[in-house]
Amino acid sequence: MPSPQIDIHHVAKLARLALTEEEAAHYQQQLTRILGHIDQLSSYTLDAEPSAHAMPIFDVIRPDQDRPGFEQNEALSNAPRRAMDQFQIPKVIE
Amino acid sequence: MPKYILTIGLEVHAQLTTRSKMFCGCPVEFGAEPNTLTCPTCLGLPGALPVLNEGAIEKTILTGMMLGCTTPPVVKWDRKNYFYPDMPKNYQITQFDLPLCLGGGVPLYDLAYPKDAQKTIANPGKVVKLTRIHLEEDVAKSTHHDKFTTIDFNRAGTPLMEIVSDPDIDSAEEAVAYLNSLRQILIYGGVSDADMEKGQMRADVNISVRPEGQKELGVKIELKNINSMSAIRRAIKAETERQIDVLEGRNPEKLVQSTRRWDDDAGVTTKMRDKEDSHDYRYFPDPDLIPLRTESLVTRIRPLVPELPHEKRARFESDYGCSAYDADVLASEKELAAYYEAAVAVNTQVPAKKLANWVINDLLGLLKDTEGGINACPVKPEALSELVAVVEAGKISNNQAKEVFAEMFANGGSASNIIKAKGFEQVSDTGALEAIVDQIIASNPEKVAEVKGGNEKAMNWFTGQAMKASQGKANPKIVTEIVRKKVLG
Ligand SMILES: [Zn+2]
Repeated sequence: MPSPQIDIHHVAKLARLALTEEEAAHYQQQLTRILGHIDQLSSYTLDAEPSAHAMPIFDVIRPDQDRPGFEQNEALSNAPRRAMDQFQIPKVIE
Repeated sequence: MPKYILTIGLEVHAQLTTRSKMFCGCPVEFGAEPNTLTCPTCLGLPGALPVLNEGAIEKTILTGMMLGCTTPPVVKWDRKNYFYPDMPKNYQITQFDLPLCLGGGVPLYDLAYPKDAQKTIANPGKVVKLTRIHLEEDVAKSTHHDKFTTIDFNRAGTPLMEIVSDPDIDSAEEAVAYLNSLRQILIYGGVSDADMEKGQMRADVNISVRPEGQKELGVKIELKNINSMSAIRRAIKAETERQIDVLEGRNPEKLVQSTRRWDDDAGVTTKMRDKEDSHDYRYFPDPDLIPLRTESLVTRIRPLVPELPHEKRARFESDYGCSAYDADVLASEKELAAYYEAAVAVNTQVPAKKLANWVINDLLGLLKDTEGGINACPVKPEALSELVAVVEAGKISNNQAKEVFAEMFANGGSASNIIKAKGFEQVSDTGALEAIVDQIIASNPEKVAEVKGGNEKAMNWFTGQAMKASQGKANPKIVTEIVRKKVLG
């Protein structure tokens, strides 16, 4: 069983959160408690198959048919900035 | 200096040829104006709900059947969490532990190897093992400008099949063969157009190098941004060299599990991120989607599996007497194979092997410089069959036939009409030919003596003279018979 210690700085980085040291310590403590709780759950032996969904429902699919969606203007109406009929965002460097 | 073993695994993304997107009804189209094929679902607006596209699921299961995979009885979709502007809901819907297809393999066809490597195939008939195939959504297309980035969501949510191979590929050449063979099979099944240059098929390469004798694989490095079939070979070669340089201390870097970007212009790979920076995707089942039971789909799709390139090739060899190479060429493209079979079916008296020669040696040569490929071929299967029948009956010479063929290709028309128009109709009228031969015999007694003395070349001389006298219209087979009869008779 993994030790219930969470690397709060790693998680914050993945979530794109800039935490102050106090916040980091605070959340570290809270999240570690949650992990402890999960560990407690894991310690039970359950006589059941893992389920992929909470409800016993299957097979909700639609036929492959297309239909029109938004007009271009509608699609872009929430864009903070537009350029070349596209969503403009700060330059992304990979 | 130790030898090194190269191990490659490929992750291929193929766009499916569906009408609508994976989780919404927006049309799948290429080249539309930016952001004209969107809805709340594929824009990732809060509250929008995804619904599975049956057509995409069918095409993925069909792909799995063509590649010998198995489909688990229940499959589901999961969220892969990460932050990137091409995926505004901050997760991609994909399949984690219950994908549509497991196992299987991709057969490597001889002609799928790079041309210069086809003579030296290390493992002929190799089948590269697959790990899995899963079905997910494509992301939006971002374009990077000088000062900013722009995003077009037309592609967002397009059904994307990810075909993951085992680390079972041993060379750059095998990687190319894998992609080409896979592409042929996807096109045969009508599941994807699989054109790398158009981004319909994209490949990420996992590559590792280890010294001979070492059991465990070397450090796995992933290459991204490989956009063409030829680039994949260059990228693998360059990265292999780099890794060997590191192992031998010529390059001070260290080999750590990482992702690198291929720069095709510079011919080098550069580091994108180390494993420590890599995403922790925190997969979990997507609560918006319901698991799918596959049994009835599998039963329905099984009969739709087409004859595959290697099966067609075997049949062309056994049924039509094609050589292995010819059969391989003909079967490599579904439409070409269909054209050939149509030509064979026109007249079963025409030798299928001869038709294969014409298609490969003459038709493909001319088609190379023509838009639209075999489907736009001006020579219909019926016309080709007729031409070959005429040649086989000895009615026109081979050179004349080539001329007729060129004319048919340029301007259409039937073989018989072109032969008439060109005056190629051969003289098979024995009376007329006998008269010509009689005349040659009468004026060349010394040649007659030579023939009688057993000189076969002199016999050919008579045939040549008769052909000349008839201005090339004489049927050479009949002339030879007459000469033989009259001179030796
Ligand atoms: Zn949509």
